[in-house]
Amino acid sequence: MRPLSSVPSGDPSPEGTGSPGLAGLLRRIARGDEAAFAALYDQTAARVHGLVLRVVRDRAQAEEVTQEAFLQVWRQASRYDENLGSAHSWLLTLAHRRAVDRVRSAESAGRNDTAYHGTTHAPPHDTTAEAAESSLEARRVHAALETLTAAQREALQLAYFGGYTHTEVAAMLELPVGTAKTRIRDGLIRLRDAMGVNQ
Amino acid sequence: MTTQDIHALSGAYAVDALDDIERARFEQHLAVCADCRAEVASLQESAGLLGALTDVAPPPEMRDRLLAGIKEIRPLPPETPSSIEGIGAALHADSSVPSSPSGSAGPRRRGWRLLAAAAAVLAIVGTGTVAVVELTRDDSTQTVSTAERVLSAEDATTVAVELPRGAHARIVRSVSEGKAVLVTSDMPPAPDGKVYELWLQHDDVMVPAGLMPDDSDQTIVLEGDAADASAAGITVEPDGGSEEPTSAPIALFDFSQTT
Repeated sequence: MRPLSSVPSGDPSPEGTGSPGLAGLLRRIARGDEAAFAALYDQTAARVHGLVLRVVRDRAQAEEVTQEAFLQVWRQASRYDENLGSAHSWLLTLAHRRAVDRVRSAESAGRNDTAYHGTTHAPPHDTTAEAAESSLEARRVHAALETLTAAQREALQLAYFGGYTHTEVAAMLELPVGTAKTRIRDGLIRLRDAMGVNQ
Repeated sequence: MTTQDIHALSGAYAVDALDDIERARFEQHLAVCADCRAEVASLQESAGLLGALTDVAPPPEMRDRLLAGIKEIRPLPPETPSSIEGIGAALHADSSVPSSPSGSAGPRRRGWRLLAAAAAVLAIVGTGTVAVVELTRDDSTQTVSTAERVLSAEDATTVAVELPRGAHARIVRSVSEGKAVLVTSDMPPAPDGKVYELWLQHDDVMVPAGLMPDDSDQTIVLEGDAADASAAGITVEPDGGSEEPTSAPIALFDFSQTT
């Protein structure tokens, strides 16, 4: 497999996403500091909720997932290890996992029924995207995404925003199974490298 | 799956694009592969960048709800070598997390007959009445465990299922003992942040029957009265378990299949 260049463990995220303060806040949260939790929430709620909403789509369910994710942050802050990655990444990984689990369990239980959709309406995704579009950070990520091949970008977005498994992505794109997971991985590497260069 | 294959799942893992079984397998691999751990961490950083594209503020009430909610939850201690024993307790502690105040939209408990299609990957093998001779009780022992009593009961019946990737599970039930016992082998650990939860089905209602410890080979007595249960199942649930199944069963044991 292709060797990866190492990522500095301190704060590998670009400025704006990986506020150095987040790790410190998590340390305080682990000791039960409610003010630190409030500060962390204020800094990251839109980021976490926006991602969850994009994956889950249903507004009411997304709010549940976001809320559960933050409760998990409160409970598990002590499990964050800054040697293993940025606090921003830890937080989004945790929230993304919950969002994906929610859409998959809803589907497999056959309960993505009309009850949800009859009462709540997800916003059109373009609206969601537009809200963030103006930020400098979002523009940089967009620019970095442009460095991916169209095939990589498509596979990565279906997996990350769509919450589909690589097997499902392969089927949707009519690819052999092994191809989708490779595209996802290569896309992530290219995205990281492009953002790294821009820093 | 070859080692080469499993390394190649790092990207899909980083964006949660593995199914539950693949995830469990990959996490097993991660535990022993420092290269993959480093790569996954790096790819997760990369994936997290995409979050910048979707910022949407949650409703203001959420902040108040959370700040009230955390007062009732004790943060977990850091993991220390001596706390390994406490993992099970931590899982249970997790159930103290209140479900979302707005969570009334949750699914009704319902029987898994509705989910039979989802579980179709599993071959349900009715093996008829089976005397579990290999685990007969030791008569020299005064106290015979519930598991032993069930496994050696005259009316013990067994339902076995084959799980993907070579795992096996069977449930032995004794109506006279009123209990069911799960016996697993080569079971991959539950995915990180997840736990296997056991269920008994009564009249199409799923009743929690306990959480499975992360051991590949084990014998567990299901909690609750199994005498009139129509089925048992295993689901993958968030840490701490759930009051009702939130996902389709990875294994379904239909007691009517035994006879």
